[in-house]
Amino acid sequence: MREITYLKAINEAVDEEMARDPAVIVMGQDVKKWGAPLGEFKGLFEKYGDRVLDTGISETAMVGAAAGSAATGMRPIVHIMFGEFLGVCMSDIRCALTKTRYMTGGKTKFPATIMTYTGGGRSAAGEHSACPYGLMMATPGLKIVAPATPYDAKGLIKSAIREDNPVQVFYHVGLIFSKVISKIPEEEYTIPIGEADIKREGSDVTVVAIGLMVHRALAAADKLQEKGISIEVVDPRTLAPLDKQTIISSVGKTGKLVIMDEEPKTESASSEIAAIVAEEAFDLLKAPVKRVCAPDTPIPFSPALEKVWMPDEENLIEAVTELMG
Amino acid sequence: MDIGKERLLDMYRMMVRIRTFEEQLAKDFADGKIPGFLHLSVGQEANPAGMCANLRADDIITTTHRGHGHVIAKGGNRYSLAPLIAEIYGKKTGLNKGKAGSQHLSDLDVGVLVAEGIQGTALTLAVGAALTAKLKGTDQVAVAFIGDGTLNTGRFHEGMNMASAWKLPLICYVENNLYAESTSIYDSTNLTDLTDRAAAFNVPGVSIDGNDVIAVYEAAAEAVARARKGKGATFIEAKTCRQRGHFEGDPQVYRTREQRDECLKMDPIPRFRTKLIEIGAFTEQEIDRIHQEALTEVAEAVKFALESPEPSPEEVLTDVYA
Repeated sequence: MREITYLKAINEAVDEEMARDPAVIVMGQDVKKWGAPLGEFKGLFEKYGDRVLDTGISETAMVGAAAGSAATGMRPIVHIMFGEFLGVCMSDIRCALTKTRYMTGGKTKFPATIMTYTGGGRSAAGEHSACPYGLMMATPGLKIVAPATPYDAKGLIKSAIREDNPVQVFYHVGLIFSKVISKIPEEEYTIPIGEADIKREGSDVTVVAIGLMVHRALAAADKLQEKGISIEVVDPRTLAPLDKQTIISSVGKTGKLVIMDEEPKTESASSEIAAIVAEEAFDLLKAPVKRVCAPDTPIPFSPALEKVWMPDEENLIEAVTELMG
Repeated sequence: MDIGKERLLDMYRMMVRIRTFEEQLAKDFADGKIPGFLHLSVGQEANPAGMCANLRADDIITTTHRGHGHVIAKGGNRYSLAPLIAEIYGKKTGLNKGKAGSQHLSDLDVGVLVAEGIQGTALTLAVGAALTAKLKGTDQVAVAFIGDGTLNTGRFHEGMNMASAWKLPLICYVENNLYAESTSIYDSTNLTDLTDRAAAFNVPGVSIDGNDVIAVYEAAAEAVARARKGKGATFIEAKTCRQRGHFEGDPQVYRTREQRDECLKMDPIPRFRTKLIEIGAFTEQEIDRIHQEALTEVAEAVKFALESPEPSPEEVLTDVYA
C-alpha cells in the first residue's frame, strides 16, 4: 500500500489508461502546458504528445469532437472545466453524445469521459463553483461518478475511461486542494461504476453524502458519536446509475435518512434519492426524509456568505439531532 | 475531368433513387402513413450524389434532419432502401429499430455517423471523426453535410476553427438552399458570398453550382484529395434549391410562386439527363430504365415496411447503454 492525494489519483488513473490503450486521448483547455488548470494532467503531454490536445475555449466543439472520435474508435477524455460550463455544451452532451446511441438503435457506442471541477469553498463565486449533479442525472445515456476519496477517484476514473458509454466525472476542487489522502494498493485496481460505498457504519441514521460532503458527514459523525448518536455514512460514488439497493438497505437498518448534497435543493441529486426512498422504501422509514442542501440561490462570492451557503457539519448535526428528536 | 461513363450513370441512378424515395415519402406522409415530421431534399440530390461518389466505404459522413439523400448516397447504389423506409415508418425492421425516424437515420456500417436535428453538431461530430483519422494515421476523410442556416451557429465557428487549427481531413459541405426553415441566409447574415466564412478560418472555400452534379463531383474530388494528403479542411458552398417546404405541410409563405418556379427550372435531374444524352453517353431508353428500376425498388421497400411489425414494447428500454 502507498498513500496518494486526490490530484495524484486523477493523474495516475489517466496516465495508466493512456499507457494501456492508445485510443485514449485528452482534449481540453490548457491541458498541454498546464496539465489542466489544477494540474491533474501534468506530465501527460510530455509523455503522450499528440494524444493530449489543447482545444482553446470551445466547449461545443470539444464535446462534438469527443462524440465523433468516440464513435469512430477513440476513447476521448474531454475536460469541461467547471460545472457551470457544462451549460455551454449541454445539448451537445444531452443529445449528440448521450442520445445518439439510442437513436442508432444500439449500432454505435460513445466511449467518452467528461471530467469537470465542481464545488464551492474557494470563493470562486457564481460561475465556477457548481455541483450540477441533479441537472446531469436527468440525462439518459450518461453515467455519472463523483468520487470523494483519492482511492475512489483513481478506481472510478479508470473504469470511466474503459466504459463503453459516456461518463461524467465530477471532481471537487475542495478535494483537489485538500490534504485528503488514501492508501491504495501497489497493483492496479478499478472500482465498478454503480456501486455505493459505506464510508462509516452506524445504526441510528443513514446519511447519504456526495463528494466533499462525505468528509463533512464523517466529521459530523465523530461529533454525533460523542452525543451517543450513530450515523451510517453512505457515499453513492456513482450518481447514475445510482446504487439504490445499498441506500435502501441502510435505511432498512436505521429507519431514518438525511441526504447531504452541495446543491441548491430543487432538482438536486438529493431530490432523486429522496424520491426513490419514498417510492421504493416508504415502509422502512420511521421519520420523514431530511435534506441538508444549499439554498436555491446562486453561490455567493464572499467567504462569509459562501460559508453560510455551503452545507456543513453543523447543518448536518442539527438535522440529525432534530430527526432523533 | 474524365469521370467515366459508369460513374456518370452511377450518379444519375443515385439521384433518381433519392428523388423516387422522397417522392414516395411525400405521398405517404400526405396520406398520414408516416409519423412525426418529414424534411425532404427534393431538388438537392446532386449534392449527396456528387460528393459521396468520391468517398470510400470507410470514410465518414454526418448529416442533418434533411439527410435521406446523404445516407442513401453514402450507402451506394446497392444499399437497400427497405430498412430506411421501415425506419421512417417507425417499424421494428427499421435501420435504427424505429428509434430514429426520418430525422436521425444513421448507419455507421456504411460510414453514416449521425443525422443531427440540432444544427451544428453534424459538423462538430465530423470534426471528431476526422480527428480519429488523423490520430490513427489513416487517409480517411470526414464530410459534414450541413445547411446554410448552420453558418450562424456557434458550433459552426468552433468546429471549423478546430478542424483548421488541427489540420483535419474534414470537408464542410454546405448545401445553400437559401432558407433556414423560412429565414433567408442573406437576411440572417451580412454575407453575399458564403465562402467569406471559410476565409475566417484560413480554409479554402469554393462556391459551386449544387444543381450540377458534375460541378459537385469535381469540387468534391479536389477537397477529398486535399484531405487524404493531409492538407486539411475544405469548405464547399453548393448553391442549390429546395423544391419543397422546410417540412412537408409547410405553406412556404416566405417565398413567391415565381421563386418556387425558378427552383423547379434548376432541377438537377432533367438537367443531368439532357447532358448525358447530349454527350452520347446514354440513350433515352437506358435512362428510362433507371427511373423504372428506382420505382420498382422503392415500391418493394414500401411493401417491406408495410409488412414489417411494430417494434416490441420492451424496445423502449433497450439501447440506452452499451
